[in-house]
Amino acid sequence: MESWLDFEKPLLELEKKIKDLKALADAGHPDILHEVEKLERFAEKKRRETYEKLTRWERVQLARHPLRPYTNDYIKMIASWFCELHGDRLFAEDKAIVGGLATIGDYRVVVIGQQKGRDTKENLARNFGMPHPEGYRKALRLFRLAAKFDKPVVTLVDTPGAFPGIGAEERGQAEAIARNLFEMARLPVPILVIVIGEGGSGGALGIGVGDVVLMMEYAIYSVISPEGCAAILWGDRSKAQQAAEALKLTAPDLLQLGVIDGIVPEPTGGAHRDPKTAAENLKRSIIENLGHLTRTPIETLLERRLEKYSRMGVYKE
Amino acid sequence: MSWFRRIERGLKGSIKREMPDGLWRKCDGCGEIVYERVIQRNYWTCNKCGHHFMISARDYITMLVDEDTFEESDANLTSVDPLEFKDSKRYPDRLKAAIKKTALREAILTGKGEIGGHPSVLGALDFRFLGGSMASVVGEKVARATRRALEENRFLVLISSSGGARMQEGILSLMQMAKTSAWLARFSEAGGLYISILTHPTTGGVTASFAMLGDIVIAEPGALIGFAGPRVIEQTINQELPPGFQRSEFLLDHGMLDMVVSRPQIKKTLVGIFDFFSEKRRPAEEARKPAVLKTPPHIEVKADKDKLPPKA
Repeated sequence: MESWLDFEKPLLELEKKIKDLKALADAGHPDILHEVEKLERFAEKKRRETYEKLTRWERVQLARHPLRPYTNDYIKMIASWFCELHGDRLFAEDKAIVGGLATIGDYRVVVIGQQKGRDTKENLARNFGMPHPEGYRKALRLFRLAAKFDKPVVTLVDTPGAFPGIGAEERGQAEAIARNLFEMARLPVPILVIVIGEGGSGGALGIGVGDVVLMMEYAIYSVISPEGCAAILWGDRSKAQQAAEALKLTAPDLLQLGVIDGIVPEPTGGAHRDPKTAAENLKRSIIENLGHLTRTPIETLLERRLEKYSRMGVYKE
Repeated sequence: MSWFRRIERGLKGSIKREMPDGLWRKCDGCGEIVYERVIQRNYWTCNKCGHHFMISARDYITMLVDEDTFEESDANLTSVDPLEFKDSKRYPDRLKAAIKKTALREAILTGKGEIGGHPSVLGALDFRFLGGSMASVVGEKVARATRRALEENRFLVLISSSGGARMQEGILSLMQMAKTSAWLARFSEAGGLYISILTHPTTGGVTASFAMLGDIVIAEPGALIGFAGPRVIEQTINQELPPGFQRSEFLLDHGMLDMVVSRPQIKKTLVGIFDFFSEKRRPAEEARKPAVLKTPPHIEVKADKDKLPPKA
């Protein structure tokens, strides 16, 4: 149970109780079936109540849930074929970003996403999903490959942020991200972006410019982590809950602000409670959007892409 | 410690050197007392150690454009509070205070002007205005400046000094990175020339978007330039940072800049590059000189004081 969040625990206990009672009923106590049904109705009500009223901070925790499906999990579930490609051809292979060729439904696409680790060993290899410049430059190499062979690009965003370290700075973290924004803005193939977990600032945006940008229901996307924001503006990292509220970083917030184009629904309780359903929803959404995008002439897409980003922001004139 | 060893190590005494405003000024770089008229003539750079004092956006533009050619654009664009953001203060109150302090409406000044006779569009961030941070207005003004340069076939010069994306406009600030980069990509595709000038300090979302996207990237000496701030890096890796880390000279050594140019030489450098890329004849020598700046520089950003680069 240690991986579960505080607000998940009562629901899980309830579910366990129901399971136990059901087993008991099956073992020759049919009289308690009525009780089980009552309990199930109660559990359903409780579930709905909990997830309808999630605070922004609780959604941050869901987006970072250690059991949440990551990029590779989704690729396995939605692609019928995948061939991973490695390296930026300049300096190194960055395992915090994975990318390659994939078949999703009838579409042959180049897919790229940040990859977090599931355990300590994998997290060391994946650097907790925090890319170095090499990751962004590998992504750029794959964008260009996609453009050369006229294949749509699908990116899956899930990172706490680009890595703040000595090597990352020496090799131009800022330039690598800026270059991707610049190239993605004019890449002559459709780009579909889905924030599947954590959209951590510039590190997320570095593979996040596209024609259509979606978020999974319990994903977050923010200019800075709530902890970082709390440290700077409140002078106290523990004020992260308040910062999360102020930053308006949930999928419904971003839809309302006009930053994203849609929300991919997750099963009740979040993608980790039922990864298969989450992956099916994601796949349906990708196929539907690629349908529209691949039927649109590329000149129109590029014009609309520029217009889309030109519209972002609120000001008075 | 004995007096003699102190002298031997070149340590300065602890006597406070406070001077009345006006004639003399203590250099933030070397701590020497310098004659204000002299550093003013040097475009607010120290004649002893070469330290660059921070100057306002308006002064930077004044220094670069030919006399009386600058015409401000989009001056009426002002910020609103789309997130109704409140920390210890409300965002609108922070804006009001910044406007009062700087007499600017936002963290960037943009407009058209001529540089050595070359029609240009300029934009300069002002660090005094909420740390030169980028939110909706800054992004929109950079996008419009780029568009104007594209439509009127002008050179584009952006001068950065910024703490990055502004938290108080949340995700909308982040999206300005995409917006400005998208317009620069469009400008570049059309064959436009963009020169980016990085001044102390340039970090975060500004560095990770338009600041690093110049066809030519120039930095002032000793400027702090990076993606993450030095404190964040130190806390993350739990390690002391090497001397001179993230300073202009360090970036030049690592291949991230085209050149480090001291402030008095920047106009000349720009005009030389513009002459090279321009069909027109070279302007008179007089037009290549930067204008003299009259207003005093900013107060130095304290956080970085202890990490000055080794003197060249």
